[in-house]
Amino acid sequence: MAQVSRIGSFASVAALLATTALAQSYPERQITMVVPFAAGGPTDTVGRLIGEKMSEELGQQIIVENVGGAGGTLGAAQVAEAEPDGYTILLHHIGMATSETLYRELPYETLEAFATIGLVTEVPMTVVARADFEPADMAAFVAYVKENADTITMANAGIGAASHLCGMLLMQALDAPIVTVPYRGTGPAMTELVGGQIDIMCDQTTNTTEQIQGGTIKAYAVTTPERLDLFPDLPTASEAGLQGLDVTVWHGIYAPAGTPQEAIDRLSSALQAALADPAIAEQLAELGTAPSPAEDATPAALETRLNEEIERWRPIIEAAGVYAD
Amino acid sequence: MDLLSNLALGFATAASPANLLFCLIGVILGTLIGVLPGIGATATIAMLLPITFQLEPVSSLIMLAGIYYGAQYGGSTTAILINMPGESSSAVTAIDGYQMARRGKAGTALAVAALGSFFAGSVATLLVALFAPPLTTVALKFGAAEYFSLMVLGLVCAVALAHGSFLKALAMVVLGLLLGLAGTDIYTGAPRFTLGLPELADGFNFVALAVGVFGIAEILRNLEGSQGSREVLGQRLGGLFPSRADLRAMVAPMLRGTMLGSILGVLPGGGAILASFGSYTIEKRLSATPEEFGRGAIAGVAGPESANNAGAQTSFIPLLTLGIPANPVMALMVGAMIIQGIVPGPNVATEQPDLFWGIIASMWIGNLMLIVLNLPLIGIWVKLLKVPYHILFPIIIAFSSIGVYSVKGNAFDLFAVAAFGLLGYVFLKLRCEPAPLLLGFVLGPLLEENLRRAMILGRGDPSVFLTRPISAALLALTLGVIAVMLMPRIRRKREEVFVAED
Repeated sequence: MAQVSRIGSFASVAALLATTALAQSYPERQITMVVPFAAGGPTDTVGRLIGEKMSEELGQQIIVENVGGAGGTLGAAQVAEAEPDGYTILLHHIGMATSETLYRELPYETLEAFATIGLVTEVPMTVVARADFEPADMAAFVAYVKENADTITMANAGIGAASHLCGMLLMQALDAPIVTVPYRGTGPAMTELVGGQIDIMCDQTTNTTEQIQGGTIKAYAVTTPERLDLFPDLPTASEAGLQGLDVTVWHGIYAPAGTPQEAIDRLSSALQAALADPAIAEQLAELGTAPSPAEDATPAALETRLNEEIERWRPIIEAAGVYAD
Repeated sequence: MDLLSNLALGFATAASPANLLFCLIGVILGTLIGVLPGIGATATIAMLLPITFQLEPVSSLIMLAGIYYGAQYGGSTTAILINMPGESSSAVTAIDGYQMARRGKAGTALAVAALGSFFAGSVATLLVALFAPPLTTVALKFGAAEYFSLMVLGLVCAVALAHGSFLKALAMVVLGLLLGLAGTDIYTGAPRFTLGLPELADGFNFVALAVGVFGIAEILRNLEGSQGSREVLGQRLGGLFPSRADLRAMVAPMLRGTMLGSILGVLPGGGAILASFGSYTIEKRLSATPEEFGRGAIAGVAGPESANNAGAQTSFIPLLTLGIPANPVMALMVGAMIIQGIVPGPNVATEQPDLFWGIIASMWIGNLMLIVLNLPLIGIWVKLLKVPYHILFPIIIAFSSIGVYSVKGNAFDLFAVAAFGLLGYVFLKLRCEPAPLLLGFVLGPLLEENLRRAMILGRGDPSVFLTRPISAALLALTLGVIAVMLMPRIRRKREEVFVAED
């Protein structure tokens, strides 16, 4: 064990010495992208799509490693402790900002432990209900839910999930205490919504688009400032008079703090190039989302976003009094 | 005939040379990883996911599906040969399958498992083709109350798994329930019994528990003595294939197992888990020689294996008709589809008929390939038992460690295997059986989750369990099972009384 750590510290000294040479040579070997959620999920899909394209740009393979568990904090913790050499990166979503408040005993300091690389994409969310839910449109929905708040049930995919965050915002915007029912992931929650066992949910387009188009669930509104090309008939929440229901599931790429600037710049430019690829745009459109513009796929833009979102969600989560640990 | 033209389309798609090849690659890979102890389909599919990006969508899904049901076949091989179930369903196969192997009937057990799986797979595939939409409707009628009642029924059946002491079986179920409590409470986020370890935030790893209490414990037991018991395994390998009497004994359990598995497999909330356990209970109850169960009963292998494989096929139904994955393997397939540009949803059958029917047709082709592949392999697998312990055991431990680690990439789980291995050895010494423990571990969290969800949805009114017809029927069935279980005891007691009076 002692020998291993000596090799490790030797490696880090060597890494420091090599920093000057890094600009030209990085990356020299494959890069591990930790996705802190299960393989096959929406975040994993985003990671694999972008990782493959970035591999082409970098000339080295990016390998996706799924380290799921504890709302994404296990995978993030692993990257926080990884060697800051540019060969371990993290793809995380909005949970990177919310876990700062949701977890009172987080094993890392979100703002100190990571270097930002850039925003990847923002997935809009939709307010949906079982197919036979009474209200005809968003205005009727708002009135109906306020009237019947104590008999309506709302699903989410577990504490800290995007659907849970959106649900908290929805209740705040409606000022209605709806009964919330957590499920173990989106799959079971969506099954019960399709089966009419539960009334409403607010979830990413990644999960809802096909069901809405198939008519198995009913959509009322989108949570973005503007309407989506995907659903031109769906109003935004603010059009329907609901203030503050503005939420997207944004994804960012991070590296451990202390990663050489050259590596970060290289990764960031590879990310921008990948996002500019029309094939990526097309594949992301299938998920109901679009690549972040080049000016957002930068370390500074992600850092600003992370800071803003941590501060934005802190009071909301504290007011709800729900913690994940 | 719509169905015939659809099936023709499906077979035309699935029987193209490329797709046949990928189906074959899938089932071979699946068999291999199933045979490696502890390495499951989920980890393998996750690792192979990047390869599928380069393939046609149909081909990649056919291959992934092949891995999935191939692993179900292969998984029973390790359960039978070395008492190492990689998934909850093959834990049941290990009970009697391993005992058959210890009596020198490993070949028969493997053949029975393969034949049962093939029959069940074929029937269930036909059911998927014929009744996918109506079966989906049934699955959607299952809410929290129904799942709760189903889990109660399952737990009651769990006690029947044991062939020894009733009290010990009950204790093991309860211990399993308690182990299942560790982890984050999904309703409040409160960490329970996690000892402050973030690795326990999602509870114990099932594979670590199964590999430990079954496999590692068995290795420890084998190491304690001389090579005595070993020779029993090595010497009497004669009769690889089932005799006529064996075949006759497996027909009825196979039919019942297939039926039960097909129905339960459709339920995404843990229904498939119950299939093999339920089948075992039924067979033990119906058997003329229930004392054979736990000592190498053919029905105890044929029934659960059929149920398991039928459930594996019908669990595709929610994915195919709704686009909602029923288990982690299905979730991976959804990921593969999305990356291919097909977002699975309720319209897949109409928008992509060649994909939909191609996958269904490939399931049957894959099952056929598996039986052709597996029957000749039985001789080779059985020979593995002749490998000396000092070579075989380190290999088993190495592979199970890789397998357990690959589930979550978490070294903590390896320590858990070691700890559960010791625990399992203690259980062996105390003559406590691990199968009820495993079922309690799997069902406990589902039971709690659905109980609390039903109570939240029902505003705290417990009558929901009785007013919803499916739930009420399941609870009535549970009472029936309890009554049947108690009857022989009562009868025996009465007989004892009569004897005493004589």
